[in-house]
Amino acid sequence: MCGVCGCGRADEHEHEHEHVGADGRVYRHTHGHEHEAVRAEPGAEVPGLSPGRLVRIQRDILGKNDELARLNRARFAQAGTFVVNLMSSPGSGKTTLLTRTLRELAGRVPMAVIEGDQQTSLDADRIRATGAPAVQINTGKGCHLDAAMIGKALDRLALPRGVLFIENVGNLVCPAGFDLGEHRRAVVVSVTEGEDKPLKYPDMFAAADVVLVNKADLLPHLVFDVAALEANVRRLSPRAPIVRLSATTGEGFGAWLDWLSAGAKEAAPA
Amino acid sequence: MHELSLAQGIVDIVAEAARAQSFSRIRRIRLAIGALAQVEPDALSFGFDAVSRGTMAEGATLDIERPSGAGYCLGCSGQVELIQRGDPCPACGGFDVMVTGGDDLRVTELEVD
Repeated sequence: MCGVCGCGRADEHEHEHEHVGADGRVYRHTHGHEHEAVRAEPGAEVPGLSPGRLVRIQRDILGKNDELARLNRARFAQAGTFVVNLMSSPGSGKTTLLTRTLRELAGRVPMAVIEGDQQTSLDADRIRATGAPAVQINTGKGCHLDAAMIGKALDRLALPRGVLFIENVGNLVCPAGFDLGEHRRAVVVSVTEGEDKPLKYPDMFAAADVVLVNKADLLPHLVFDVAALEANVRRLSPRAPIVRLSATTGEGFGAWLDWLSAGAKEAAPA
Repeated sequence: MHELSLAQGIVDIVAEAARAQSFSRIRRIRLAIGALAQVEPDALSFGFDAVSRGTMAEGATLDIERPSGAGYCLGCSGQVELIQRGDPCPACGGFDVMVTGGDDLRVTELEVD
């Protein structure tokens, strides 16, 4: 008897099958059945016997990216570089925050930047204007940076014994899924956005090692509840430090620069 | 639309398996996409149709299993079920829950000729 459909036939035959996924979605399709295929694969759970051969492989879909991220990480470790993956939605002030950071730490900590955008080298130009070396990656239609892109960019960049910033594509969704080999993830959210952003984009905030609340100088002019934003961050990332700052006025920058310097010391002990 | 990159990853895994296991046609690809994985299954299927065109994976059916989310609550020191990321612990209501399962993103089985 066919153990899957219970129809009592021993020869090859077809049925329409339904699988109900954990999300309640119903997947319906037709298979040919061949009972020998099951006996040839002891222990295999087959939702429709089939004349096809079954190959169990258990491969991580992101396995290739993770492998390349490991290679990047090894290069960073060898050079003593502390690497921060900077992520946010477009317009949160990532590049302004970065240029101020580069100016404030200039002469104290060697730094370099990898800039990710769909098009243009405008951001890399802004970075180079501060004196720091920068490599621009254009992702074209891509919505995020991946470990392979970083690996290629590293061929064009001398790694500093200090800090490498990777400014990801402005996007609170896709970049969260891709390990670049970085040590830490810094997520920037500005007070001109909603307090509920962390709840709307949980994957990004769950992955954050530090959350920078930017444009704090505008708070007197806005109806924005910073405590509510911070409580929402805490729901996703209970331990990440939250730093209120302004890339325009420099207020709150001390804590951020201290956090960076501590990371750089850890990556390259004297 | 990072699902396109992931779909490309699936096509690459299939091509590699085809070389290693000597098969020429693929009928069905079974995936485990956990409830907490950063993937929208519909978008992944759509992306797969696009990037598999002209490859040996073209026309293959995607069977998507959805392992449920699991976490370890540091507040009550126990395993709990998580419906989605950012949900409180169903036992104590706290948010100090580490994801321990259901973030799978794997190809588990191929049906081939």
